[in-house]
Amino acid sequence: MSASIAGGPAAAGPGRTSAGGPRPVTPRAPARSMYLLHHLLEPNAAYRRLAAWLDTRPRLRRLFTAAEKGVKREIFGCRMCGQCALPVTGYACPMTCPKELRNGPCGGVGADGRCEVYPSMRCVWLVAFERAQSQGRPGDLLALQLPIDHRVWGESSWLRYWQGRDEDLWADLDLPRAARAGRP
Amino acid sequence: MSQPARASSRFRATLDSGAFTVTAEIGPPRGADTGAVERKVAPLRDWVTAVNITDNQGASVRLSSWAGSLAALAAGVEPIMQLTCRDRNRIALQSELLGASAMGIPNILVMTGDHPKFGDHADAKPVFDLDSVQLLWAARTMRDEGTLLSGRKLNPPPHWFLGSVENPSAPPVDFRAARLGKKIAAGAQFVQTQYVFDAGAFARWMAQVRDLGLHERCHILAGVGPIASLRALEHLEQRVPGVQVPPEVSGRLRGVPEDRLADEGMTICAETIAALRQIHGVAGVHVMAVGNEHRVPEILQRAGVGGLAGSRAG
Repeated sequence: MSASIAGGPAAAGPGRTSAGGPRPVTPRAPARSMYLLHHLLEPNAAYRRLAAWLDTRPRLRRLFTAAEKGVKREIFGCRMCGQCALPVTGYACPMTCPKELRNGPCGGVGADGRCEVYPSMRCVWLVAFERAQSQGRPGDLLALQLPIDHRVWGESSWLRYWQGRDEDLWADLDLPRAARAGRP
Repeated sequence: MSQPARASSRFRATLDSGAFTVTAEIGPPRGADTGAVERKVAPLRDWVTAVNITDNQGASVRLSSWAGSLAALAAGVEPIMQLTCRDRNRIALQSELLGASAMGIPNILVMTGDHPKFGDHADAKPVFDLDSVQLLWAARTMRDEGTLLSGRKLNPPPHWFLGSVENPSAPPVDFRAARLGKKIAAGAQFVQTQYVFDAGAFARWMAQVRDLGLHERCHILAGVGPIASLRALEHLEQRVPGVQVPPEVSGRLRGVPEDRLADEGMTICAETIAALRQIHGVAGVHVMAVGNEHRVPEILQRAGVGGLAGSRAG
């Protein structure tokens, strides 16, 4: 199989775009702490200034981006699509889904929750649902995730977030009231 | 040049009338001939309102779904053209949607599609540029707002009746009804489900669907199909992702002599249809009898679902 050429599935690492494409990753940090951590990363004047300053220092920006990549790859299997959906997916990365689905699971999830493409792994959307639900936020998953911009791969999504460049990543759909219950 | 004939969907009209509506699945041939589609469709003419034409089902190459849809149209049965996100990026998907409307294909069914891993070209690049919800939303925007994803205007905009799929029995089960709500909000006007073998479990999902009021905003057709052989049973149990055959069904099939298994499979399918018909909010059934399309009329007869005789005039 092609994976063995790259040294086997284990060597492919979490979510790395190696032989066989993305693989589902169960995050290595509890959902609750991620929601708490999010408050620390919320945009403010200091972050905006930092982001603007880094925009003028390409080498430092590359270092910052590499650090973000390292942290997020370890925890979430981040592949650096640059358009982070984690805050509304229970902090489980949808880009580690082999079909890169950003709006919920496909119909092929096994009865025991396994991914149809990589049966030894759990469906990342099942993980996302469980994590969001455990934090009382299942309604998050009902936002329409808009098609991503493929030009942005490799960019820092934190810098984009702080500069307000990712505000159209998702949109509210006209959902029936009951389906929105649990939405913050 | 002439304006494209504005295709009106008889499928939609039948659903809107409140009649129990039957559709069937047709897989196009592996070959450059539409005759196979016409042969499969012909016996269904007086029994089903529309036929789904699959889009390289199982990620294996077949004649394209638009060509199969035109063949069905020529054979006198309304097509529902399936369109998956697996093989095309957003440029090709939108182009395909325009082409379908221009050629008079009145119904589109949007889905993510099986991963290439399951097909005859496992070495292919999986595209998945859009997912099914994004494609529904893009298609609805093209039709209702007359614009592409890029914002460019369409002149004239396309017309079709737009649907999608759902699998009520795949985890996370408690999310599946709300997720259907998301697809409806994105543009799904009808939905066909994955195979239902457990009408009880389906009824529980439908209760959640009704609690959200979704059955009033979308026509829901339950997917069914006859299991015609032990091989087919094992294939469904082991090879088709997301399908669950309950022990009662597999037990009944394994409990009859092999020469009667196909008949028992049709009986189980007919019983399932009859049970689904009793569930409030179920608009009809979608019969997937792959390789056994000619048996669909008999299954419907056994289920007590009448043909279309008389309603077809005009």
